[in-house]
Amino acid sequence: MAESTSRSSGAIKRAYRWVDRRFQIQALVDYMSHKVVPVQKFSIWYYFGGITLFLFIVQVVTGILLLMYYRPGADSAYESVRFIVAEVSFGWLIRALHSWSANLMIFAAFIHMFSVYFENAYRKPRELTWLSGIALLALALTFGFSGYLLPWNELSFFATRVGTGMAGAVPFLGKYLLVIMRGGEEVTGATIERFFGLHVAILPALFTVVLSAHLIFIQRQGMSEPLEWKEKPSGEKKYMKFFPHFLMRDLLVWLIVLNILAVLAVFFPDGIGVVHWPLGVKADPFSPPPPVIRPEWYFMFAFQALKFLPAHIFSIEGELVGISVFTIGGLIWAFVPFINRKSRIDEPSKLFMYFGMFVILFIIVMTILGYLL
Amino acid sequence: MPEERTRRDFLGIILGGGLIATLGATIYPIFKYLIPPPSGEANVSQVKLPFKKADIAADPKKAKTFRFGRDLGIIVLLPSGELRALSARCTHLDCTVQNKPDEGLLWCACHNGKYSYDGRNISGPPPKPLQVFAVNIVGEDIFVSKGKA
Repeated sequence: MAESTSRSSGAIKRAYRWVDRRFQIQALVDYMSHKVVPVQKFSIWYYFGGITLFLFIVQVVTGILLLMYYRPGADSAYESVRFIVAEVSFGWLIRALHSWSANLMIFAAFIHMFSVYFENAYRKPRELTWLSGIALLALALTFGFSGYLLPWNELSFFATRVGTGMAGAVPFLGKYLLVIMRGGEEVTGATIERFFGLHVAILPALFTVVLSAHLIFIQRQGMSEPLEWKEKPSGEKKYMKFFPHFLMRDLLVWLIVLNILAVLAVFFPDGIGVVHWPLGVKADPFSPPPPVIRPEWYFMFAFQALKFLPAHIFSIEGELVGISVFTIGGLIWAFVPFINRKSRIDEPSKLFMYFGMFVILFIIVMTILGYLL
Repeated sequence: MPEERTRRDFLGIILGGGLIATLGATIYPIFKYLIPPPSGEANVSQVKLPFKKADIAADPKKAKTFRFGRDLGIIVLLPSGELRALSARCTHLDCTVQNKPDEGLLWCACHNGKYSYDGRNISGPPPKPLQVFAVNIVGEDIFVSKGKA
C-alpha cells in the first residue's frame, strides 16, 4: 500500500511539474495556501457557506440533467415533468434531488448569512463580500420563484399568479413589471417560456459571475476573525490552514450533506410536510384555485406579513405599505456594513444585534403563523 | 520480508472503497437517466393513413409519407395502379427517401441511394433493402401494417 501510494503520488508529482513548468501554478498554490481559518467556538458556522456552495453544484448538475427531458410550454411542461418522474430511469430521483437541494441550499444560505451577520464578519474590509452574498441570496430566491412554475401544475400556477400579482402592486412601474414577468397580462405558456429562460440561462450566468466574485473576495482577504480577538495576544490566536486542513473538513461535511440529501430524496421524493412539491394535476387557468395557495416556505413570512396588513393605511394601499417596508428593511440589511458605524471600528453594536434578532424572530413567527392560520 | 498491513492501510482501503462506491452510486443513476426510455409508440403494427388513394394520385410525385409509430413510411402509387408502402427511412443514414416516378424508383437525396419499388437497394450506398409494408384498402381507407406484404 505504502509503495503503491508513493508510486501514484510520483506520477501525480510528475504531472504537476509538467503543468507547473508551463503555467507556473506553484505561485497560485502558494497564494491559496496562505488562507487560514480561525479556530474558535463558533467555527461550526464557517461550514455553511461551503454547504451552500456544494448544494449549488448539486443544483447545476441535476438541473442540467432535468434539461435533457424538460420541455417548456403550456402543452408540454407538465407532461415532460410527468414523463421524467414516471418514465425516465431515476427521473424521480433527479427531480427529488433538485427540489430537496434547492430548499436546503436556501436554508443553508440563510444560516450562512445570519452567522456572518451576528459575528459582524461583514465589517470593514469585507463590505463587498457581504453585498455580493446578498446579491447571491436574491438570485437564489429568484431561482426558486422561477423554478417553482416550471412543472406547470395547479399549485405552481396559482402561486405564480399571486407572486407576479404582488409585483403588479408596485407604484407606477407595477403594470409594466407584471407584463414583463408574465409575458402578457395573464400567467400563460408565455410565462413558462420566460421563467424557463430566466431559470436556465440568465440566472445561472449572473449567479456564476457574482459567486466567482464572492469566492475571490474571500480568498483574497481570508476569513474574518471574531471581534473578541482584537485584544487577544497573537500567541493565543489559533488558526487552521484552509488548504488542505479546512478543505478536508469541508469535503467531509459535503459528503455528509450528500448523504442527507440522498436519504431525503429517496424516502421523500415529493418532499415532506410544508416543504413539498407533488406534481399533482396540470394547471388549468379556467378552473378555480385550490383551497390553500401557499408560496414556498422561504417566501412565507413576507406573504403572511402582507396578509396581516389592513386594506388601507392612512389612505395608502396596505400592500403598498408592506412592500415599501420590506424594501426599506432589505436595503438596511444589505447595506449594514456601511450603516453600522461601530462595526467599522471593530466594536460590537448592541443596536444591530437586536435588529438582527428582531429580523430572525419576525421571520420565524410570521412563517409559523403562515402555516397555522 | 512480508508486507505488513497497518491501520492506516485499512483506513485507506475503507476510504478509497467508500469513495469508489459513492462515485458509482452517483454516476450509475446519471448514466441510466441519460438513456431515454423506449417511446410508447414503439409497438405500432398497423396504421390508418390520414389520406385517400386520390390524394396520392394527385401528388406530383405520386407518393406520400406518413408516420408509422416512431417510423416514417412512404406510400407510392405504382404505374400499375397498385399502392405500395415501404419504410421511408433510408437504410444508409436515416434520411427520408422520395419517389422518382420518371425513373420508376425510390431515391434518397442525401447520398444518391436508389431502391426499386419492392425495396431492393439497387444503387448507391444503402446497405440493406427498405422494409415493405402490407397495404389493405377497406372502402376508401388505406391501412398499412407491418409483416408480410
